Amino acid sequence: MTADEPLVKIRGLRFFRSGRMIFDGVDIDIPRGQVSAIMGPSGTGKTTLLKLIGGQLRPAEGQILVDGEDVAELNNSDLYRLRTRMGMLFQSGALLTDLTVFENVAYPLREHASLPESLLRKLVLLKLEAVGLRGARALMPAELSGGMARRVALARAMALDPMMIMYDEPFAGQDPISMGVLVDLIRALNDAARLTSIIVSHDVKEAAGIADVIYVLAQGKVMEAGPPEQLLKSEQEWTRQFMHGHADGPVHFHYPAAALEEDLLHG
Amino acid sequence: MDALARLGRVGIDFLENLGRAHLLLWAMLRGVDDLMRRPRLLVEQIHSVGVLTVLIIAVAGTFVGMVLALQGYYILTQFAAEQMLGVMVAASLVRELGPVVAALLFAGRAGSALTAEIGLMKATEQLAGLEMMAVDPVKRVLTPRFFAGLISVPLLGAMFSALGVLGGFLVGAGLLGVDAAGYWSVMQTRIDFYGDLVNGGIKSVVFGVACTWIALYQGYEADPTSEGVGRATTRTVVHSSLAVLGLDFILTALMFGE
Ligand SMILES: Nc1ncnc2c1ncn2[C@@H]1O[C@H](COP(=O)(O)OP(=O)(O)OP(=O)(O)O)[C@@H](O)[C@H]1O
Ligand SMILES: [Mg+2]
Repeated sequence: MTADEPLVKIRGLRFFRSGRMIFDGVDIDIPRGQVSAIMGPSGTGKTTLLKLIGGQLRPAEGQILVDGEDVAELNNSDLYRLRTRMGMLFQSGALLTDLTVFENVAYPLREHASLPESLLRKLVLLKLEAVGLRGARALMPAELSGGMARRVALARAMALDPMMIMYDEPFAGQDPISMGVLVDLIRALNDAARLTSIIVSHDVKEAAGIADVIYVLAQGKVMEAGPPEQLLKSEQEWTRQFMHGHADGPVHFHYPAAALEEDLLHG
Repeated sequence: MDALARLGRVGIDFLENLGRAHLLLWAMLRGVDDLMRRPRLLVEQIHSVGVLTVLIIAVAGTFVGMVLALQGYYILTQFAAEQMLGVMVAASLVRELGPVVAALLFAGRAGSALTAEIGLMKATEQLAGLEMMAVDPVKRVLTPRFFAGLISVPLLGAMFSALGVLGGFLVGAGLLGVDAAGYWSVMQTRIDFYGDLVNGGIKSVVFGVACTWIALYQGYEADPTSEGVGRATTRTVVHSSLAVLGLDFILTALMFGE
């Protein structure tokens, strides 16, 4: 495995959900040590893509290689071993509701690393300090706001010092201050810990500010890929519409449906 | 034709569910060595599953025993056999009412809570979150709850029977004037260790497995929405109750048939 081989390599990915095509031949390379953003309108399958990379879903066709291993081909114990090296930040946070903030962050450490209690405490407090929630360690997840819960989940995803972290909508629900802190944090984590980061977002401004590479997904395909400056100046009508947020253009804001007049008349 | 197709659909769904339920059972059983290394998880679950149900079991057991004594006394006096009151109360409780009613109460109180808990963990992506932390949610979350149920139900059944016998004694000796020493001594000579106690215990274990398995399966397979969890909770109570009554008939026929 050479250093410039991409960490995640997706080739010819096809995937269906309830008979509907979500991905129709997607190729993606996630370069090592960089921040890659996956962008696209709501419902295109960004969350689904992360679950495919994490091995929670299996592709109908195509390959997903993570650090050279085909995720769909791994047996259970190899998959679990691989997952200890991936962190994932869920859109909802997915904190364990019966444990405190502290215990949530400590959870993966207790499971996978047998550390003395004093060291564990230091580690957890450092991770919480990084997301600015050291003072909230005694709270239960139900007492947190959505944005705070997501930051705790980030601390938990970092706990095992993984080789890569997948962030599902890290910016949603953050106020401008924590947004700025979060952007800096993701960048700093990526550069200091030599992580690879995948950010799913539809926040064009934040994602363009932080990412080294952007993949724009729509209609089951990669519409365009490249560094943010290139996409912002893109000549392709589709990309331009998405990056600049115009309502009119080749992308439709509506979920596919019959014409409105027809629907109303046949009610 | 339409009805036939629908019948076929129902049949296939049923078999599919049965298959998935068995796969889940197998996966839970495989978590047992993991559980041995973390006995604390089991103790916590016995506490939350069992303690939920202790109060209702205690109250129900006592009252059922008291009612049995009243009804039994009325019939037994007609044959001048009041001294048999203790045996009658104890046998009804240990063989039937203890295991069955305790399991039904368990399904309604703890089983539905288990389903709701697991279903909500699924709906809020906590189970998926565990998977991504390389922790098997079946082993870590379901297995301890399964064994906790399997252990709790027989204990609750025994408690139900014991308090029922006591309740019967209070009514019999205190209210109806049955000879107190006779209540206990006739019971002791007539209640058989293997025939009554062990068979009742076996029933309880079988019901415990059935109720907990159904509750966990329903939670694990629930649609991850609030509606889906609500429906799964209802299904747990209905399926568990039917399973307990059906199994009780089969077990009774096998144990006491001859
Ligand atoms: N469990 C499921 N069963 C069936 N279809 C699903 C399921 N989950 C998602 N889908 C469908 O898959 C598509 C992609 O969903 P996904 O959650 O990946 O979108 P997304 O790009 O993350 O959207 P958002 O930006 O709103 O989070 C959606 O159109 C949705 O209808
Ligand atoms: Mg999503």
